[in-house]
Amino acid sequence: MARIDLNHIRHAYGANPKSDKDYALREVHHSFDDGGAYALLGPSGCGKTTLLNIISGLLHASHGQLLFDGKDVTRLSTQERNIAQVFQFPVIYDTMTVYDNLAFPLRNRGVAEADVDRKVRETLEMIDLASWAKRKARGLTADQKQKISLGRGLVRSDVNAILFDEPLTVIDPHMKWVLRSQLKQLHRRFGYTMIYVTHDQTEALTFAEKVVVMYDGEIVQIGTPAELFERPKHTFVGYFIGSPGMNVMPVAVDGRRARLGEQVIDLPGAPKAEGNGIELGIRPEYVRLGAKGMPVTVRKVEDIGRHKVVRASLEGREIAAILGEDDNVPADPHVTFDPAGINLYDKSWRVEMGA
Amino acid sequence: MEKTWNNKAWFMVLPVLVLVAFSAVIPLMTVVNYSVQDTFGGNQFFWAGAEWFEEMLHSDRFWAAMGRNLIFSAIILSIQIPLGIFIALNMPRKGWGVPVCLVLMALPLLIPWNVVGTIWQVFGRIDIGLLGYTLHALGFDYNYVNDPFDAWVTVIVMDVWHWTSLVVLLCYAGLVSIPDAFYQAAKIDGASRWAVFRYIQLPKMQRVLLIAVLLRFMDSFMIYTEPFVVTGGGPGNSTTFLSIDLVKMAVGQFDLGPAAAMSIIYFLIVLLLSWVFYTVMTNYDVEK
Amino acid sequence: MAGTRDAVVNADKDQMMRNAPAAERTAHGGLADAALARRMRRRGEESRFWWVVPTIYIIFLMLPIYWLINMSFKSNQEILGAFSLWPQNPTLRNYSVIFTDPSWYKGYINSIIYVVMNTVISISVALPAAYAFSRYRFLGDKHLFFWLLTNRMAPPAVFALPFFQLYSAFGLIDTHIAVALAHCLFNVPLAVWILEGFMSGVPKEIDETAYIDGYSFPRFFVKIFVPLIASGIGVAAFFTFMFSWVELLIARTLTTTDAKPIAAIMTRTVSASGMDWGVLAAAGVLTIIPGALVIWFVRNYIAKGFALGRV
Repeated sequence: MARIDLNHIRHAYGANPKSDKDYALREVHHSFDDGGAYALLGPSGCGKTTLLNIISGLLHASHGQLLFDGKDVTRLSTQERNIAQVFQFPVIYDTMTVYDNLAFPLRNRGVAEADVDRKVRETLEMIDLASWAKRKARGLTADQKQKISLGRGLVRSDVNAILFDEPLTVIDPHMKWVLRSQLKQLHRRFGYTMIYVTHDQTEALTFAEKVVVMYDGEIVQIGTPAELFERPKHTFVGYFIGSPGMNVMPVAVDGRRARLGEQVIDLPGAPKAEGNGIELGIRPEYVRLGAKGMPVTVRKVEDIGRHKVVRASLEGREIAAILGEDDNVPADPHVTFDPAGINLYDKSWRVEMGA
Repeated sequence: MEKTWNNKAWFMVLPVLVLVAFSAVIPLMTVVNYSVQDTFGGNQFFWAGAEWFEEMLHSDRFWAAMGRNLIFSAIILSIQIPLGIFIALNMPRKGWGVPVCLVLMALPLLIPWNVVGTIWQVFGRIDIGLLGYTLHALGFDYNYVNDPFDAWVTVIVMDVWHWTSLVVLLCYAGLVSIPDAFYQAAKIDGASRWAVFRYIQLPKMQRVLLIAVLLRFMDSFMIYTEPFVVTGGGPGNSTTFLSIDLVKMAVGQFDLGPAAAMSIIYFLIVLLLSWVFYTVMTNYDVEK
Repeated sequence: MAGTRDAVVNADKDQMMRNAPAAERTAHGGLADAALARRMRRRGEESRFWWVVPTIYIIFLMLPIYWLINMSFKSNQEILGAFSLWPQNPTLRNYSVIFTDPSWYKGYINSIIYVVMNTVISISVALPAAYAFSRYRFLGDKHLFFWLLTNRMAPPAVFALPFFQLYSAFGLIDTHIAVALAHCLFNVPLAVWILEGFMSGVPKEIDETAYIDGYSFPRFFVKIFVPLIASGIGVAAFFTFMFSWVELLIARTLTTTDAKPIAAIMTRTVSASGMDWGVLAAAGVLTIIPGALVIWFVRNYIAKGFALGRV
């Protein structure tokens, strides 16, 4: 396993990139720690698969440097980088048995047959396919095939990292959960460096220790699931993570107070930025509905089981609030913002608030 | 796909049935009719039973033509199939090269067969043909008109020229259907070029290769026009394949009985092979 | 400056320390790391010479065609005289012979007429049949399909004489329709086969949705289904055109003068005064052009077409 450093990586698919728009990956400068489990999260087209393919060597970045454990691998081919990757659609070698599929990467590297056998048997146990060893890989179900793809990475105990490119896309919903928890277990037991690309926030938040959120060819935030939730660094993270996403509204800031139309909101601290182009973000979870505070008009209440989502209008803007399953909307509804959940944004990026 | 049982579908097949019956069944019945009769000219026919069939099956001429044809088909397959796969593997997958390759490679397939013969007849001539002239200038004693070996080489090279592209295009169709992820996974698994071919490309080409082998076998087994134009079946009988012999017998000598018997034996062989192929193919589909 | 260099050296040391365990880790009793790395490096290299193979092959394909074109622009004296790789005195005489003599250019028209007739007939009867095979099971369907395919495999030489007699009986000898019908022998099965492949790729739900939306079968077939398999029809038309265009044995047998194809007229160049090589070459070149045009139109579907829509 290895630590992976991305040094100012930029990538453009076209030959002569001129402006920022031509770059699929604008600039990524980041390190993945040895043994960490990371998720790359973002909407389609944000550059997350590009970044993954640059790490695996299927693509060579137009600019920048890639290090595995401090060793420059920028110019090395996929074969030399010694990584494993699981693709969106299961890739298996149809004509081989399950056993031979797993042995394939080892045999390609000239490993002695006795060691191959030992490693393959170990791996078959790890991915729960021991009883299928002699079967042709062709007739298996999608999740079994995807396990084989994973197994081909796991047999090589010296791989630098295991990369996943939306691996659960074609898996049945109930098997998704099973596979995800097996992955987590494998990570805990063997400490692989894992990078997992997905556009599904649940997948990302449950799998990873650290989530890397990408947007428009850039990394906008890296953090634990809790950090992403409490302190989104960019309004996009606020929208994208959480259901419903964060409420964002333009405010005028003056010291420790923010003005939203007629209303004045007390801030937990004085922000480093002042003026008009500031936005206030607050998650629906921190919007309290009650008899005091700012008056709102309730438009709709969606009951989604564990809680209710209240869609209301505050100073002419849509706002969402979360209400407990047993709570009711008051007759004359007002909202207050919990200061712990207030974030301020200048040009979409979060600004710190002093005490 | 799950198909529903519906005998009314017969009405949709009916036009095809009528048309093919007209252009296949009626002529075939004529052939059967001739094969069991004898004639002394005019319109008088006698019942001859299996006589012509016996004669054919004991005829050296028939077996010689059959032998030549089988050897020809075997050579053709052993050259065109590997060569076709090899070229398809080296074809570009994207960019401007793709349409250029496809169009140029398909060109020989759309040339009328006697023109193919003419092209090679001219190309191989030692006085006015580029190939014949060059070979002579280099000191080779090449002459397809007099030398049976040279005639064979010419006919085989001509067929390779004419038909290898069919194998190439079929294989290429199989290759482009392989998703990129397979090649990427193979890179990650450190597979050699050979392993990629053996475990990814070859399995995906299996089906189109079956079609290629069948088409090439059948068409080389029925070959008539091209060698007829180039060599006329000669020198001697050295390039007289089954079809050439059949047409000589039927149209040239008007030996209708033996020609019909030969047609039927010929057709039965083709039928048998088609059936074997069809069975293999349907089983392959079921397995999938 | 010195400070920076120190930092760099330290960083290098750091790297070495981190690399050390990695270097000791051998690939499970396999090759030594260095040898393995070399091997993997070689595998990582994409060949830069892939284009050599297609290029050589295309040159091999084009040379004989070039030679024919070359000859078509030479006079007979030049062809039979000094050997030259390109025309020394280019002439259009050979082409003007063909375009001014009706017995030549009519042959060209004849070929195109019966090929187009055959393509239209083959596709229009094959469409409903292919639909039946792709959507329904019915009594004897598999045997019928197989029997159709065997006709594609029938040797034309077997059919040449019976065809002559059959069409004589109907008084159809030397007509375009005779050749067009005769070519249906191998083209209809082929068209059914290709179209069935393409149609099987269209989900059955589309048919059902259309019926629920109140479409009658003919309207559904023409308005919805045919546009969906347009590329399949193009490919099938390409193949029927191709096989009808290149076939000569049957076409020649069934025609004498009025419907004689260009390819058969070419044999006329053998005359008492010897071969007219130039005109033969020019006629040959002209028979290549329609094929080349047709390929150009279907070039984007050709790969799928050659796999008969089933890959």
